[in-house]
Amino acid sequence: MTTLDVDRIKADFPILGREVNGKHLVYLDSAASSQKPTAVIDALSQVYREQYANVHRGVYRLAEDTTAAFEAARARVARYLNAESAHEVVFTKNVTEAINLVAYSWGRANLGPGDAVVLTHMEHHANVVPWLMLAEERGIELRWIPLTPEYRLDLTDLESLLEGAKLLAVTAMSNVLGTRNEIRPLVDAAHDAGALALVDAAQAAPHFGVDVREWDADFVGVTAHKMLGPTGIGALWARAELLDAMPPFLGGGEMIRDVRIDGFTPNDVPWKFEAGTQPIAEVIGWHAAIDYLEHVGLDAIQHHERELTGYALRTLDERFEGRLQVYGPHDTEGRGAVISFLFDGIHAHDISQVLDEDGVCVRAGHHCAKPLMRVLGVPATTRASFYLYNDHRDVDALVQSLATAEKFFAP
Amino acid sequence: MPGLEDLYREIILDHYRAPRNRGELPVPPASKSEGFNPLCGDEVIVYLLVGDDGTVDDIKIEGQGCSISQASSSMMSSAVNGKSVDEARRLIRAFKALMSIHESKLDGESGTGDDLAADLAGVQLGDLEALQGVVKFPVRIKCATLAWNTLRQGLDEGSIVT
Repeated sequence: MTTLDVDRIKADFPILGREVNGKHLVYLDSAASSQKPTAVIDALSQVYREQYANVHRGVYRLAEDTTAAFEAARARVARYLNAESAHEVVFTKNVTEAINLVAYSWGRANLGPGDAVVLTHMEHHANVVPWLMLAEERGIELRWIPLTPEYRLDLTDLESLLEGAKLLAVTAMSNVLGTRNEIRPLVDAAHDAGALALVDAAQAAPHFGVDVREWDADFVGVTAHKMLGPTGIGALWARAELLDAMPPFLGGGEMIRDVRIDGFTPNDVPWKFEAGTQPIAEVIGWHAAIDYLEHVGLDAIQHHERELTGYALRTLDERFEGRLQVYGPHDTEGRGAVISFLFDGIHAHDISQVLDEDGVCVRAGHHCAKPLMRVLGVPATTRASFYLYNDHRDVDALVQSLATAEKFFAP
Repeated sequence: MPGLEDLYREIILDHYRAPRNRGELPVPPASKSEGFNPLCGDEVIVYLLVGDDGTVDDIKIEGQGCSISQASSSMMSSAVNGKSVDEARRLIRAFKALMSIHESKLDGESGTGDDLAADLAGVQLGDLEALQGVVKFPVRIKCATLAWNTLRQGLDEGSIVT
């Protein structure tokens, strides 16, 4: 196991060299969106400087080269996900669009009144609202896997929840609790019950990687901007036979083979689901992000984050014993580098405001997981999340700034 | 560069730690209006008892949220208690102006520019002026105005009944 040279990594991220309020930027909001290394910024710039044209259209060299780079990025994403074929990777805006694609296309073709979709209490709105919309429109039934007191999925009634269900849609890692879910057993249980399985890998992909074959899932959503890549680009991975059978989602250019005034024939997958000009530079930038991530090494990143999360949990406990409650597993086993907490008597927004004064960026609010916040019985939490470019000094800055906040708001 | 002291004045922290007029009033005769900030989960509930002579006879506040939203509701309740409904409405406009929110005549109850200045001449904001620092922190303005929007909702609903 190689250890990360965080100082060297920090140097790869130009934004981490800037100051906020005269203080070093301490970026602890990577679960919302990660910062970008020079390699990605340069790749984006290089596209527009040297290699830009629309893809799958032009018959000139520049367009052909850009198309090749675009499709090479698809193959790179497929390899990152351990997919059998690049044709199973459909570019979408983000995980939100990936799940909406499944709900609109597969859902509308396969779900009717009374059909059940099983979700969990820790889902992000992206994996809740599309199904609520389908419930309103189609009268499908939503069932919910609850949480244990240790903030993990309570699988006691999994079998009965899955009975007769058509789909299990679950996150691989909670963006609030940090909880990692063991995907393979969940997928197996869904398949045993005759249901398909969708995995929201927005939080897992940047830190733990995704292995769609090991997971044996049917649909997986990933997004580039949380894994060092550009915004506006993500992907839906799905089994080829499912994509083949699914009706198109958005209609327009590129997604067709033929259009007549009385109808159209859709293109092959994955292009069938990619209507209109895609974010070409962002796709190519995502390729650079994956190259960077794998160059550093996911194993080393995981190891580093686990150590850092343990340090943060210990330090917060010691420093603010009894006054700060962490919502999420305390064990670093089976959890990611996300720590949500409530500070006695100080609202998350007030904490975030004081931290900002020290250049410390954390998220405050409901984290797009209101059903979960209701289960937890809290209106808002403060969330610090770590990535490969964070180290002990960042945790120390967080703790120091929290102490300032506590002093400031002390009764 | 605005500092924390601009935002969190001592009087604001005092209202946050020891909120005035906390509690409920029986509905009816009082009215109850609820305000939410969906983004941050701030919640303010205003119970309003308006007498036959158009005076705010009693006001009580419930809810939860950040120091700014809760201090602002406490300060609001102290400011309008015992005032006439007209004075309360003028205070709402004056407070919004303090927050740099100048509502147009389209809203049907306040003017712009000179009209507004004339309308608000002589309105004493008192302690409320401590909240002026919020303007330098744009995302927090909605925290400060929540209580006042909820009060207006209560006054509007109350006026329909009477």
